[in-house]
Amino acid sequence: MSATTTAFDAAAVAALPLDAALGACRDLLEDPGFPTVHAWKESGGKVLGHFQVYFPEELAHAAGVLPVKVRGAPVEMRQADSHFGSYLCSILRSSLEVSLDGRLPLDMFVTHPICDAARNLAGVWARNLPYPSQILYLPQNANSAGTAGYLRGEYARLLGDIEAVAGRTVTASDLRRSVAVFNENRRLLRELYAIKRETPWLLPVDQAYVLMAVGALLPREDHNALLTALLPQLRRRSARQQDKIRVILEGGFCEQPPLDLLHVIGQSCYVVDDDLLIGLRFLVRNVDEAGEPLAALADAYLNGSTYSPVQHDTRKPKEQMLLGRLRDAGAQAAILAAAKMCEPGLDEQVAYTKALDEEHIPYFVTEFEEKMSGFDQMQLQLETFVESILFD
Amino acid sequence: MATEQAIVGRGAVEGAKLMRDWFARLDEAAERKETAAYVFVMGSLAEILRAFDMHLVFPEINSLQTAVRHVAHEYLSMAEDYGYSPDVCGYVKADVAMQLQGGKHSMGRLPKPALAIATNACNTYVKWAEFWERYYKIPMVTLDIPGSRTAAGGAAPGTEVFESDRRYLEIQLRELITECERLTGQTLDMDRLREVLGYTNRMAASWKRVLELNQSRPALFNALVDGTIYLGVLNALRGTREGAEYFERLVEELEYKAAHRLGTIPDEKYRLLFVGVPCYPIFRRFHEMFADQGGVFVASSYLLFAAGGLDLGFQYDLSRPIESLAEGVLISVRHAGDAMLFHDQTLIDQVDQFGADGIVYHPVKSCRTVSTSLAGSRKTLMKSRDVQCLFIESDMMDRRVVSEAQLKNRIDAFFEGLGSRRIRTAAATA
Repeated sequence: MSATTTAFDAAAVAALPLDAALGACRDLLEDPGFPTVHAWKESGGKVLGHFQVYFPEELAHAAGVLPVKVRGAPVEMRQADSHFGSYLCSILRSSLEVSLDGRLPLDMFVTHPICDAARNLAGVWARNLPYPSQILYLPQNANSAGTAGYLRGEYARLLGDIEAVAGRTVTASDLRRSVAVFNENRRLLRELYAIKRETPWLLPVDQAYVLMAVGALLPREDHNALLTALLPQLRRRSARQQDKIRVILEGGFCEQPPLDLLHVIGQSCYVVDDDLLIGLRFLVRNVDEAGEPLAALADAYLNGSTYSPVQHDTRKPKEQMLLGRLRDAGAQAAILAAAKMCEPGLDEQVAYTKALDEEHIPYFVTEFEEKMSGFDQMQLQLETFVESILFD
Repeated sequence: MATEQAIVGRGAVEGAKLMRDWFARLDEAAERKETAAYVFVMGSLAEILRAFDMHLVFPEINSLQTAVRHVAHEYLSMAEDYGYSPDVCGYVKADVAMQLQGGKHSMGRLPKPALAIATNACNTYVKWAEFWERYYKIPMVTLDIPGSRTAAGGAAPGTEVFESDRRYLEIQLRELITECERLTGQTLDMDRLREVLGYTNRMAASWKRVLELNQSRPALFNALVDGTIYLGVLNALRGTREGAEYFERLVEELEYKAAHRLGTIPDEKYRLLFVGVPCYPIFRRFHEMFADQGGVFVASSYLLFAAGGLDLGFQYDLSRPIESLAEGVLISVRHAGDAMLFHDQTLIDQVDQFGADGIVYHPVKSCRTVSTSLAGSRKTLMKSRDVQCLFIESDMMDRRVVSEAQLKNRIDAFFEGLGSRRIRTAAATA
């Protein structure tokens, strides 16, 4: 990826004391002005925005284009509401809002049929924004003999469109270099999650989230440098283990819960695993760096990935995958959250609760919105839930 | 030549009878403890399943029947008690409640599924079929039918993208056939498949003609009310002799009405387009609120996407049935998707072709595929054509979000606007 500057100096932040570095990351994440994206654009770079959940960011990276996760923002609606119906989640509206008002300046937009609402976004963008927008049809039939070939072809088609935006050709070597960068990022994120899982008292869920989520706003090399510097500091952190229950948090695969909500959960629970921004960690193993890159990326998506409510794969029954995540993390309970109006998330909650009931595993069900601001009631309910487990 | 009395209105009567008979056959199948394939209207793959003589259950049709018969709330309530959110699609919840009651519904009983098939034409299809997969522990086949990637439309046959998509779909269809052979213990009879495809060809050609014929003045049928009956037959009896004959007789009826200028309402004042999904909880009343003021729905996006794109009239090549089926399903279902996701130009064309005076946008809470971008569509249409637009939200299942009085107020105001516009236009051209 060509070197361009960003407003967020990852090297400088990495050199800060841990808490200050975490604060800087949080500030970046909560800044609705997307300063790193603007800085990238101002230095002549192109930006590809991709809607949740998974996107093969390596394709944009290899073309020297900054891939940015379009995942909404806690902003006031001034324009976007007039483009949508009433019964929709917040992330659609806020994503369009920051695009329309220029806070998120893109050169290309890609959405996916992750849900019935999101598949509309290419059309919505095409009506209202001057740059190309499209749908990437990631397969819902992961179990056909034709799927890998189709997906490889789809990645090749998409790469051609990215090349047109970037104004350059992408070679196999470019792609391999990008795969290596993202493999390193995946390795570092696995390490981040290992810290959460093994020593959750060192890394509350909101802090882990901040460290992961800024990666979706930065050149991935910068994110790698940041994590490389901060992970050892996290491990050396002095914090005492507290009397909290170990939980997994499900429901953050698309719309993101407010950071304050995560903070509230972290006050009474150790979140030892979750699906927050699962797209960044959807590939659970490294992509083959030696093979044909597009085929390798397709293979990793189909055969080396985790689960989410927006992908069907008969090899990965989601409720069984949930139980596996719970067991692997040594969790006692689950928090099943869903964004308001999120059809896949709400549908999956039903299956999850049935499976947890059968296993006699306690769970806490809740809904959230990215713009919510009051957490007192939820905190009270969660504390009651936690106490029911602690004093059972 | 049939007499007017014998021909006019028979499409509605025969369609209603065909649907009653179809439900009765499903009820009998349930009684005999036979199983069915559960499928959806956009990409039902009826042609393959009928070639194996499998019963087809369309949960969308069953669910909407509960709303039309004013009992949907009982089903929704049961599904919500089971754990489903009020914000989940009402069709899904009504079906879940039917399954929880052993397949009982307002028109009889459903056979249990042996196979679930969901295409990616609607994401909720996949979540819905996952319920059956879990509840009945049956195989679920998910079919990817890649849609148009951009607002510019789908790749043309012969292009690399189209061929990649077609090849992928053909592989999936062959895998579906293998699964059907495993389930039924029968080998696919190619001659039977050709026969079924031939019936669908006849239906598609007639359906295309039915929709075109409503460009007549006055309109020959109401796209909302009559159209829903036609859609039921189109989906439930796709790939059957009786379905093919029904639509050929319907064309004959409509040709007769066109020749004799027999409109669907006595005094057609305003020709309207309907965009969205019907308001089934007050289906008849909703129609009357327009018809009473001389408004007739001449066309509807529903008749495009809920017909799985059959309006294109795609003709399968019976000399290469599976390859052609892949091509036809790809083109047709992609077209159905475009009618929901990238429909601006289609609507503009319809305004011109049908001489529409107004457009009624009816987004519903239950269906986000159809409803998400309709507000933006309205803005685009109003910039492009000088037509009156009405934007009203309610639901296709849940009467809790249907406010008849509010709808009536908005609809009355819409007609006042249409009337004023007509007076202004007349004055300007006088």
